[in-house]
Amino acid sequence: MAEKQIMVKIDHVSKEYRLGAIGGTTLREDLERFHAKIRKKEDPTLKIGQKTQEYGKRFMALKDISFEVEKGEAVGIIGHNGAGKSTLLKLLSRVTAPTKGSIGMNGRVASMLEVGTGFHPELTGRENIYMNGAILGMSRAEIGEKLDQIIAFSECGEFIDTPVKRYSSGMYVKLAFSVAAHLDSEIMIMDEVLAVGDMKFQQKCLGRMGKAANSEEKTILYVSHNMNTIRQLCTRCLVLDHGELIFDGGVERAIDLYMDTAVKNGSVDIDLKNKRMAHLPPVIKAKMTHVHLVDKQVPVYEFEEKLKFDLSVEAKTNISNLSVRAEIRSADGGSVAAGILQEFTSFFAGRSKILEMELLLRGLVPGKYFVLLVIYNVNEMGTYDDLDAVFPAFTFEIQDSKHALKINWNVNAWGKIRLDDLKCVGERDDS
Amino acid sequence: MEQQFKTVITANSKWINLHLKETYEYRDLIFLFVRRDFVSKYKQTILGPLWAVIQPLLTTIVFTVIFGSLANLTTLDVKATEETVIPAFLFYMAGTICWSYFSSTVSSTANTFITNSSIMGKVYFPRLVSPAASTISNLISFGIQFAMFLIFLLYFIWKGKMEIRLSGYLFLFPILIIQMMMLAMGVGIIVSALTTKYRDLAMLIGFGLQLWQYGTPVAYGLRLVPEKYMKTYMLNPMTPIITSFRYIFFGTGYFHAGYYGMGWGSTMILFVLGIVLFNKVERTFMDTI
Repeated sequence: MAEKQIMVKIDHVSKEYRLGAIGGTTLREDLERFHAKIRKKEDPTLKIGQKTQEYGKRFMALKDISFEVEKGEAVGIIGHNGAGKSTLLKLLSRVTAPTKGSIGMNGRVASMLEVGTGFHPELTGRENIYMNGAILGMSRAEIGEKLDQIIAFSECGEFIDTPVKRYSSGMYVKLAFSVAAHLDSEIMIMDEVLAVGDMKFQQKCLGRMGKAANSEEKTILYVSHNMNTIRQLCTRCLVLDHGELIFDGGVERAIDLYMDTAVKNGSVDIDLKNKRMAHLPPVIKAKMTHVHLVDKQVPVYEFEEKLKFDLSVEAKTNISNLSVRAEIRSADGGSVAAGILQEFTSFFAGRSKILEMELLLRGLVPGKYFVLLVIYNVNEMGTYDDLDAVFPAFTFEIQDSKHALKINWNVNAWGKIRLDDLKCVGERDDS
Repeated sequence: MEQQFKTVITANSKWINLHLKETYEYRDLIFLFVRRDFVSKYKQTILGPLWAVIQPLLTTIVFTVIFGSLANLTTLDVKATEETVIPAFLFYMAGTICWSYFSSTVSSTANTFITNSSIMGKVYFPRLVSPAASTISNLISFGIQFAMFLIFLLYFIWKGKMEIRLSGYLFLFPILIIQMMMLAMGVGIIVSALTTKYRDLAMLIGFGLQLWQYGTPVAYGLRLVPEKYMKTYMLNPMTPIITSFRYIFFGTGYFHAGYYGMGWGSTMILFVLGIVLFNKVERTFMDTI
């Protein structure tokens, strides 16, 4: 067999961020800091409670990562929030440069860290196809050649000459994905872009990507929290944890490992500020900032214990009738159940509140779970406008140390919920 | 097996890597950015591209009234002779359209990283594409304004207020435009590179451009500048551009090959410095912006 061609080579790559230095500084702040330093006073620009030593402390988002990807491989990248997945994708798509090490790539890279990058609301669907394609590195002629295919795939044919600001969010996503999926690039980098759109379209996208990897010999790097799509698409999987590559190999083993570290690393105080699912509109009207699991040291609950959490929400605009939904997902990404509270609170612009929430995990059997938190509005049309969504907002484990279940629950066959026991309301003689 | 990669990203960039070849490969994107700027600017306005004309036209009128009639500033670049006198209106218009190209290009390229951070945070393309596109899309407005200028020029000639005196230096015109583009882009990207670290400069740019305009013969003739300060005054590369522009179309005024060459020198310095600085920040600006 001929030697496989290596398409991506990551060679001892590290990426370092300076804490506190993220975000633009002003010249005045720098001067004040310098002035304070020479007088040996405390830094005046620090936030209250922030320690001087912490400022400028270095944070390694990626530590000495090395791997290679061959032509035609579809590689999944999994890990928890903050594990370094996004940083890795940013480096691969050349949005930012590594602090150490080098990255070699053979061929054109199409990066889809977001759907519809560069879409301009005033331009029509057709114009945006050209725009988006050009941003992703296609020439006009190439886009022209594929235009019909793209339009057909997007299912937006009727509206192709309408400005995209009139599109529904579903159409927007479909159009954007179609452009990216038809790129002639050798390497495709995707960050959970498939998490949007309806199920049918998702399957269509996965099918398209699978075909790209298998028959067109494209190389795919795919990040997702949805283990089912990873299983479906990928032939190999990397697990990142705290900036380190802890596993590189088969998909099933990788997923097992990921699920183990999920709860091991589970925290009861989770900062949600910088987490926001990719499909949401870029304008932030409200943001969930923090979640705290009440009365817990570790996120482990007994069977049928009440899950209490304090959810901090900050409103940027006036918001009335806010609703919250907590979606419980199993560790492999499948939906299990959801708790919903509709239209119960309102916010004034600029205010934050801590919402004390409770959710009774009735019948949820022992196992590891992820929670997707969504805050949303119900609009006049009766559809949902998601204001903010985070996945996973937190993870938890249910155990049954008191043997409340009284049996060994067969999760694979019986599912994740134990309904109320069957009742036998009478016995009759049948003779 | 040691393999050669087409793209290699390392921690340290080469001191000067202009990405010029790559930027050229993305020329379709430049074109599309230009188109996007143009379309989104004038969509849902009634007058559309006419707006490009209205602003310099009003400025010219205000200049003619305030600086010309009220303040009575000279509109001469050289000592007065019979043939150097040209209508004040045309004089101000020539300066205004050049200056407005320069200042709008500087301010739009200066904000390149900030206005495009959402795209640049998600996908790679040679970053130089976006200031280049602003430079070109402003050139479209300049083209419209220049057409207006020509119409007024012809009108004044038709009315007999001045003669056709196109200078033999007309061949310099395209070179002048290129110089103006390079200068504006150079200054703009220097500011853009610095604003990724210090946002303050973004505040300063509007004000700075206003001050710069006072140091450029837009609202007055070069004659106003005392001879002894001439050398210092001419360090401003916009000065020879504007005076040469007037010289080309009015056939009279001030054209000094030495100062013009010096203007090119400082333009090149600013342009190269801009690209070097831009290249230094473009790789990691996403971490700080």
